[in-house]
Amino acid sequence: MIPELGHYCLVLALALALIQASVPMWGARVGDSTLMGVAGPAALAQFAFVAASFAALTWCYVASDFSVFNVFQNSHSAMPLIYKFTSVWGNHEGSMLLWVLILSLFGASVAAFGGNLPETLRADALAVQAWIAAAFYLFILVTSNPFLRLADAPFEGRDLNPILQDPGLAIHPPLLYLGYVGFSISFSFAIAALIEGRIDAAWARWVRPWALAAWLCLTLGIAMGSYWAYYELGWGGWWFWDPVENASLMPWLAGTALLHSAVVMEKRNALKIWTILLAILAFSLSLLGTFLVRSGVLTSVHTFASDPTRGVFILAILAVFIGGGFTLYAWRAPMLKQGGLFAPISREGALVFNNLFLTSACATVFVGTLYPLALEALTEEKISVGAPFFNFTFGPLLVPLLIAVPFGPLLAWKRGDVLGAAQRLMLAFALALVGLGVAFALQGGQPVLAPFGVALAVFVMIGALTDLSERLGLFRVPLGVTLARARGLPRSNFGTAVAHFAAGVVLLGVVAETAWNAERIATLKVGETISLRGYDFTLDGLIPRPGPNYREVAAHFTIRRDGVVIGVMEPSKRTFPQRAMSTTEAALMSRGVSQIYLSLGETSADGAVAVRLYHKPLVLLIWLGAVMMAFGGALSLSDRRLRVGAPKPARRKPALQPAE
Amino acid sequence: MTLWFVFALMTAAAVFAVLWPLGRAAVRRSGSDVAVYRDQIGEIGRDRANGLIGASEAEAARVEVSRRLLAAADADAAQSAAAPRPGATARRRTAAVAALIGVPVLAATLYLALGSPQLPGQPLAARVKAPLQDQPLDALVTRVEAHLASNPEDGRGWEVIAPVYLRLGRFEDAVKARRNALQLNGATSDREADLGEALAAAANGVVTDEAKASFERARAGDPKNVRARFYLGVAAEQDSNHAAAAAIWREMLTDAPQGAPWVPIVRQALARVDAAPAPGPSADDIAAAQSMKPEDQAAMIRGMVEQLSERLKRDGSDVDGWLRLVRAYTVLGDKDRAREAAADARRAIGPDADKLKRLDELVKGLGLEG
Repeated sequence: MIPELGHYCLVLALALALIQASVPMWGARVGDSTLMGVAGPAALAQFAFVAASFAALTWCYVASDFSVFNVFQNSHSAMPLIYKFTSVWGNHEGSMLLWVLILSLFGASVAAFGGNLPETLRADALAVQAWIAAAFYLFILVTSNPFLRLADAPFEGRDLNPILQDPGLAIHPPLLYLGYVGFSISFSFAIAALIEGRIDAAWARWVRPWALAAWLCLTLGIAMGSYWAYYELGWGGWWFWDPVENASLMPWLAGTALLHSAVVMEKRNALKIWTILLAILAFSLSLLGTFLVRSGVLTSVHTFASDPTRGVFILAILAVFIGGGFTLYAWRAPMLKQGGLFAPISREGALVFNNLFLTSACATVFVGTLYPLALEALTEEKISVGAPFFNFTFGPLLVPLLIAVPFGPLLAWKRGDVLGAAQRLMLAFALALVGLGVAFALQGGQPVLAPFGVALAVFVMIGALTDLSERLGLFRVPLGVTLARARGLPRSNFGTAVAHFAAGVVLLGVVAETAWNAERIATLKVGETISLRGYDFTLDGLIPRPGPNYREVAAHFTIRRDGVVIGVMEPSKRTFPQRAMSTTEAALMSRGVSQIYLSLGETSADGAVAVRLYHKPLVLLIWLGAVMMAFGGALSLSDRRLRVGAPKPARRKPALQPAE
Repeated sequence: MTLWFVFALMTAAAVFAVLWPLGRAAVRRSGSDVAVYRDQIGEIGRDRANGLIGASEAEAARVEVSRRLLAAADADAAQSAAAPRPGATARRRTAAVAALIGVPVLAATLYLALGSPQLPGQPLAARVKAPLQDQPLDALVTRVEAHLASNPEDGRGWEVIAPVYLRLGRFEDAVKARRNALQLNGATSDREADLGEALAAAANGVVTDEAKASFERARAGDPKNVRARFYLGVAAEQDSNHAAAAAIWREMLTDAPQGAPWVPIVRQALARVDAAPAPGPSADDIAAAQSMKPEDQAAMIRGMVEQLSERLKRDGSDVDGWLRLVRAYTVLGDKDRAREAAADARRAIGPDADKLKRLDELVKGLGLEG
């Protein structure tokens, strides 16, 4: 009974979404508050039904109800409990259900926390949100229904793809979807504003928290995906310029640009049209990512199953929403009033600079990802656009952007003073030069560019701190005043500094890992030892071990440095009989923020085992930096000002009471 | 029934979520940009007090934001002054009717087209509780497999599952199971032959070198091993060495025990490679038998068995005849008559210990005891 209840919940959610898509919008056009008021409860109820549907599917997975075809195909009764939960979204149908769950979650959040919005904007935004939701409910029900049944339940399921049997699956997709789908809210707000034909500075403030929440989840989701690929795929790479990764990077770049241009719009009532465009763009790129990943255009571990009807359906959704969004934009944007003026050298100018470079970087990724696909579709010629293309296009675009990062916050609104800002950045310049020298001294000759990368990273980090210390008057005014200022400073200023500092941290990690990574591939017999960068690795033995639904052979290594044992590492290979697949489980040992990475290759007939050994200096900074960046976003999100505008009925009511 | 009741409740809840706000009096609980601009002005004041911006910039910013504030306040006033458009009740009714009819109709239509309300949930716990004979073969296989996955050293288990795999056409698994059984239980002539048979099945009936090696080991262990000899003949035949194949099979037929069930198969094989007539029914007879319909074949066999039975009733001294009769009944699936025949044979044979021993062995071999 439970799978059928879940199925019916999904159908009801579609019906509610259709009501929510039409009634409030009608109400907004005729100015009827009652009709607009339908949006909130409908959004909440819709979320409740999707959540119930998701819970039903989860129950089927946990109870191994293989009469549900989707569960039969992607689960196994012997799987550990956590993977029974995560395999709910470890497949196409379930992951689309997670997609709409998050979509309706955002809709319900706007309904619940959007009390500070004008009622027409809220009604229109929720209606647009419901259009998107309805399209995806229909997509799920018609082409990717997770609740299809088998009359005779098979006794055992086909197991989850072994690569996905990892705790990473519990974190990466939900976070990534929170990010992807979160941009649907800024899209809905943008479309609602275009329909109303009224966009002002306040709009930016209302959209900012949603864009910020989506952006920070997307940041964490991408970082988590990168770390997962790093330890699971067994060859120590953390970014492959794989089209699927690019699909998540593009909305991130557009979203980052959106966050920055929304600041200008909020403060100066300028860049309004551009901001709206970015809001549409960010979600369009999210949809594009969904299309690329889910349609089977690309084959990867993310393409659970490719089915042409699905691809066509998603393409239709894409055409309607992206095409419709841009058409509306082209029609309405010229009618909007432009706002405040500013000099090229100013905070606004710096943010425009930021936007230009971020969108150009986004465009290069777009071209590098889609050009090979288009070429293959048109001429059947297969080309692969890999790391070299992106290193020569994306990389150079980021350098000026990062150089500009410390300047931006130091420039004044309207008219800024570059020289003054440069003077205040003297300390950052000096420390960057020190970083350059130290890096050169440590590495010797090659690669020449690496020390400059280090210098840039130091410059960005110290520049971010300089901004903060300038605002606090650190060392210039008495400590008491500094503390008072720190209390008075809006959290978003701290958020900016932390996120900019984090950008430097990520850069440092990337430069160090790329330039100074050491690798060794060897074939070892039990008892033999190899060395890398002063670490000695002794293979003590191969230990076969049974797992719940796999068998594994682990290699037991003892790691010594100068003869002193510093730890053991056990990389392993797992064989999953149900799918006749095997996975490599790399062993990682962190030394500070550097890592030693050990993974197993083939075992030869004479008992020798191939081993890949890496020393990755400062590699953890890449992900720590991303987490820090998301933390900066969270600080900014907690800023009191983002909640301004909520009516406070509790305060007003006493005023209405008759005087006694 | 419960299912439909719950569906009805859920539909009611969904409709209520739309009707409820329609039924309330219009409450304008909405924010406006005025609040945002007020806050911005307040913020300029705080920044100024903290010394973050200069006096003149603060003043300029305040003027700019104030201008926006005034515009927003004007727009707000205009909006609330505007009289609500007429026809509110009609619109509400339309929306309510859309929810009351649209939601249930759409949900029912879609669900009836896509759902399977007649199927109960079948979680693992329920499936395990179902009685053993109700479980499909693959469920039982899965159970044995699960047992073997956790106890891969159980040689008997491998031996049990191997013929099932063979019957299900999972030849690769059958080969694996036979290999494991051979390794864990020790090599015997029969196990080698089993392995060879699985290997040949996996190779679409071709006796590969590996299978041949297996059969040769089986024959080395027991020169009389029927399957090993037969398949070695097949191997020779597949190598186009018809003379060798015929020699092997002819030898098998000459020292075949009376009424051995495999004799017709070997005869048939021999007929393929050898023009010389085999002892017993001619190749033509067999061909004729083969061209018969299955039910005719069964009738013919039953007739032959009846004849044999009549003959033995008249003259009970032919031990081989009795043994053939017992075997024949067993093959036809008639165990009761097989037991009867065995009892008759025991009476007819009398005190001859040697012959009784042969009878007992057969009865045991066919599982007719008790």
